[in-house]
Amino acid sequence: MVNLEIDRVSVRFALKGATVQAVNDVSLRIRPGECVALVGESGCGKTVLASALLGFLPGNAETSGSARLGDVDLLAATDHELATTVRGRKIGLIPQSPASHLTPVRTARSQLEETAKVLGGDAGKAAERAGLLPEHLDRYPHELSGGMAQRVANALALVGNPPLLIADEPTTGLDRDLVDGLLDEFRRLVDDGHAVLLITHDLAAAHRVADRIAVMYAGRIVEVGPAHEVLDRAKHPYARGLANALPERDFLPIPGQPPLLTDLPAGCAFAPRCEQATAICEDRPVLTDDPHAVACHRPC
Amino acid sequence: MLTAKDVTAGYSAPVITDVSLTVAPGQTVGLAGPSGSGKSTLARVLALLHKPFAGTVEIDGETVTGFRFQARQRTKIGVLFQQPRLSVDPRFTLRRAIAEPLKDQDRVGELADLVMLTDDLLGRRPHEVSDGQLQRACLARALALDPRYLICDEMTTMLDASTTAALVGVIRAYQERTGAGVLAISHDATLLNRWADETVRL
Ligand SMILES: Nc1ncnc2c1ncn2[C@@H]1O[C@H](COP(=O)(O)OP(=O)(O)OP(=O)(O)O)[C@@H](O)[C@H]1O
Ligand code: SF4
Ligand SMILES: [Mg+2]
Repeated sequence: MVNLEIDRVSVRFALKGATVQAVNDVSLRIRPGECVALVGESGCGKTVLASALLGFLPGNAETSGSARLGDVDLLAATDHELATTVRGRKIGLIPQSPASHLTPVRTARSQLEETAKVLGGDAGKAAERAGLLPEHLDRYPHELSGGMAQRVANALALVGNPPLLIADEPTTGLDRDLVDGLLDEFRRLVDDGHAVLLITHDLAAAHRVADRIAVMYAGRIVEVGPAHEVLDRAKHPYARGLANALPERDFLPIPGQPPLLTDLPAGCAFAPRCEQATAICEDRPVLTDDPHAVACHRPC
Repeated sequence: MLTAKDVTAGYSAPVITDVSLTVAPGQTVGLAGPSGSGKSTLARVLALLHKPFAGTVEIDGETVTGFRFQARQRTKIGVLFQQPRLSVDPRFTLRRAIAEPLKDQDRVGELADLVMLTDDLLGRRPHEVSDGQLQRACLARALALDPRYLICDEMTTMLDASTTAALVGVIRAYQERTGAGVLAISHDATLLNRWADETVRL
């Protein structure tokens, strides 16, 4: 098994008259036997980063940097190479909004069995591990509840037993018992030596299963470190605000709005919302190089 | 009051049987229950989008007679779903999606401010924005006709903690201004504890 080495990855989208800087200079390593959670405000670029790793970006996207998985650079690989050797085999993806990714005219069973056949996995076992009952499998996507559709997507991603799993909001619409079941399954995978990148809004889920948490803001990683430290002793003012916004904590939003990704400030992108901002924040802070890293001139 | 009385509803077979529930003006009622227990089905019945097999829905004392497209009383109820992507026409810009229930686009700016959507985002189509940004547009659209009741079906499952707190704040401010009642459906007990005045379990 091999590391995923994301090195200075940026993704831009060309729109009419503007460029969206969706992912900016992101570096992150995920080792076998490790679960890293990527958290951050809606629209901060998490899904775009995942899509870049699997070659699922739309035509108006431009990437730079590299993402190595063993000897493959995922950003340089051709679509054919990704389709035949990477997707489902080396990397399993649980996409966000799974209901919209299922084929509407085929039952869950037929989709799962076909994928199992192509990848050489066991459809029945994958369904069972995802918490699906045989009667769920005979339904068409529009007959599945949100939580069932999510479990079908989870089974599809795991059926080929890929060493790296990227899960984009896999707990959406699941009740607590199913969330716990899914997180336990991730933990088992990790303990078996798989690597998991968990993209989530659910800080409680991140806390439960992740070894490390990376916090993203405006396309950049602003803090990364051991899960409990990042949640309970956040160093970046944004990460601190996010943790405090939880319903079991203050339940207050971080004031202001994230910056337009078409018009990012030259300095710290959080400065307009940051109580601690001073003149030095007009220079862009760089991510420190320690086990609990932060990109901030005046960390908490 | 928005009331469901002895509602039995489902698809080929019933998924909820004899369920009654009341949302008073100004009140926020939480609705919890395991995956597949029929929370969304009840939400669709209360939103007049799905005809129950038996039972009635009353809005402010008036019994509902038509469900689905002919529903005359439907403008009194705003709805937000879990998957914003499935509820917005992919060809529309967010501006047009928000204006969908309105006669013109006059109030779009005001509604967009309410949910903190910037001008730049209003010109984009659903595939060019994140789910969270799209959900903000859906909230603006749901509030466009000043509904007396708002039904939020897992509205925040796509959202981060800060956006969740912000949108709940938007809804609370709307309730304070208009006295609207809210039915908040969620798997997240911690969220419902903090958000709802009382919580019902299915
Ligand atoms: N095809 C596209 N063209 C232009 N901009 C896009 C496109 N796809 C996404 N974006 C923009 O890229 C940014 C990141 O979007 P992304 O979907 O990755 O967010 P996210 O962090 O996954 O959010 P959420 O938590 O809401 O799912 C957003 O500002 C979005 O508007
Ligand atoms: S660098 Fe400055 S503005 Fe940015 S988060 Fe740190 S203190 Fe706030
Ligand atoms: Mg996303």
